[in-house]
Amino acid sequence: MDLCFLSTNITSFLADPLSHEFMRKALLMSSLVAAVCGFLSSYLTLKGWALMGDAVSHSVMPGVVVAYALGLPFSLGAFIFGVGSVALIGFVKQKSRVKEDTVIGLVFTGFFALGIVLVSKIKSNIDLHSILFGSPLGISLSDVKQTVFISLLVVILLSVFRKDLILYCFDPRHAKTVGINVLFLHYLLLTCLSLAAVVGLQSVGIVLVVAMLITPGATAYLLTDKFDNMTIISVISAVISSVFGIYFSFWFDLETGGSIVLVQTFIFLFAFLFAPRYGIFKFKKLFSNY
Amino acid sequence: MDELNYKSYRIEAENICVDYHGKVALYDANLRLKAGQICGLVGMNGAGKTTFFNALTGFVNISKGKIRINGESLRIAQQDQSIAYVPQSEGIDSQFPVSVWDVVMMGRYGSMNVLRSPRESDIQAVKDAIERVDLIELSAAPIGNLSGGQRKRTFLARAIAQRASILLLDEPFAGVDIRTEKLISELFIQFKNEGKTILLSTHDMIHVREFCDLVLLINKTVVAYGETSEVFTPENITSTFGGVSPDVLFGPES
Ligand SMILES: Nc1ncnc2c1ncn2[C@@H]1O[C@H](COP(=O)(O)OP(=O)(O)OP(=O)(O)O)[C@@H](O)[C@H]1O
Ligand SMILES: [Mg+2]
Repeated sequence: MDLCFLSTNITSFLADPLSHEFMRKALLMSSLVAAVCGFLSSYLTLKGWALMGDAVSHSVMPGVVVAYALGLPFSLGAFIFGVGSVALIGFVKQKSRVKEDTVIGLVFTGFFALGIVLVSKIKSNIDLHSILFGSPLGISLSDVKQTVFISLLVVILLSVFRKDLILYCFDPRHAKTVGINVLFLHYLLLTCLSLAAVVGLQSVGIVLVVAMLITPGATAYLLTDKFDNMTIISVISAVISSVFGIYFSFWFDLETGGSIVLVQTFIFLFAFLFAPRYGIFKFKKLFSNY
Repeated sequence: MDELNYKSYRIEAENICVDYHGKVALYDANLRLKAGQICGLVGMNGAGKTTFFNALTGFVNISKGKIRINGESLRIAQQDQSIAYVPQSEGIDSQFPVSVWDVVMMGRYGSMNVLRSPRESDIQAVKDAIERVDLIELSAAPIGNLSGGQRKRTFLARAIAQRASILLLDEPFAGVDIRTEKLISELFIQFKNEGKTILLSTHDMIHVREFCDLVLLINKTVVAYGETSEVFTPENITSTFGGVSPDVLFGPES
């Protein structure tokens, strides 16, 4: 009796939202975005580019605003500013004695501030809230097209140059020694990062998009010693987080972006505690033997 | 100097300088090595040994000087797979999720197609290399599960698989046990007989005496360079290590 009640409850928990067109679209698009970000995530965590991800994702803000104001695809504006910020970071770092993490923090907050000021100055129907915190429930048709296109592009690039990128993250010195173009790989990864940030911000917004880019990879890193498995786990955990995040936000009336990222964080926490090899729990067991 | 003579050097570094953001790490360094020579690169921590390797692989740009590999530019040497580099343990992420097989296969990337899909010959080269460093049972193991010495051998196998004529080894003996040490030194003798040119950095003076034909003492620049028997003197070593006497370094045996 109880069990039956529970199962109908779960069924309706899962099925009811699907009767809404906007929910189906949000689930599909967010899963796609999550998969792309999760795919990239395994490279970024291994390369140690978390801060870079944060910088790029915040720096796209003015690009989004300007693109909206000019009626251009917002991904174009975001991309230009994303790559621009990285170029600027590299330039300032090279030309001054200021340390890299300081330069990164300095540049991206500057860009971000510019974006916020622009929103307040440019009279348009830009919704600041949806840029900052995402609006997966209100994705338009043109956004869908852009997202699908960019996602495919990133997946293709990452797949074609997969082995080179792994080598680049692992041992760029060797890559250089055997005649592989390291500079190209550097910018390729940066380009993918900018593009993924662009699609990711629709789901969870600029403020939280970096979580989409690092948390799934970090979670996967705790669970496996194989790069291929790491990518698979990363993608799966990202997609699950997106789906459940959206469900929770529907049923409990939560901010969607925050909800998605929170589920990701909980999955990471779970791996952190209980990962068979690298979880904390494992160590506890070890110590209790003494 | 005629063309033939010029070409006969595998490595030719002329007055090279390297700086990191304006801070000089190496200046006016010279080195000339031929086929079949083993040269020891000796200097204290921060003397610029890794920097020297970085310059020779093209990983950092030299601000002055000239590097020729087999009489050609570095770019051509890279394309021809002429140089293999075995990194210092500190230079790599030992927890990176790749297996021994994956790492050794990376030695073949430079001669593969864009997708880096291995051909039969690549697979055979990897197998042979792993066999030569005695790691067959561990070829599927993630490098994070290996000991320091096993990891060293993995990178050595990568260099073997690459089939380069020049081997640059950054502290190949650091932190390895006697068995691995013996395996590595035997490999070096084999490489020498195959006509490979070897430049290796080490903090172990005994190794230098044992099998280095030449020695390059550096402290940001070349302190002394030449035949081991002539150059590897207590006075030179003392000045290389900033006044520390060789007794401290060798133990007071000689
Ligand atoms: N990427 C870098 N950026 C800035 N300075 C560097 C960099 N790499 C090395 N240096 C500096 O250059 C100098 C030479 O360093 P290098 O790594 O070549 O020394 P080393 O002889 O290999 O020392 P060790 O025996 O400790 O390996 C050091 O003072 C070091 O601080
Ligand atoms: Mg070094």
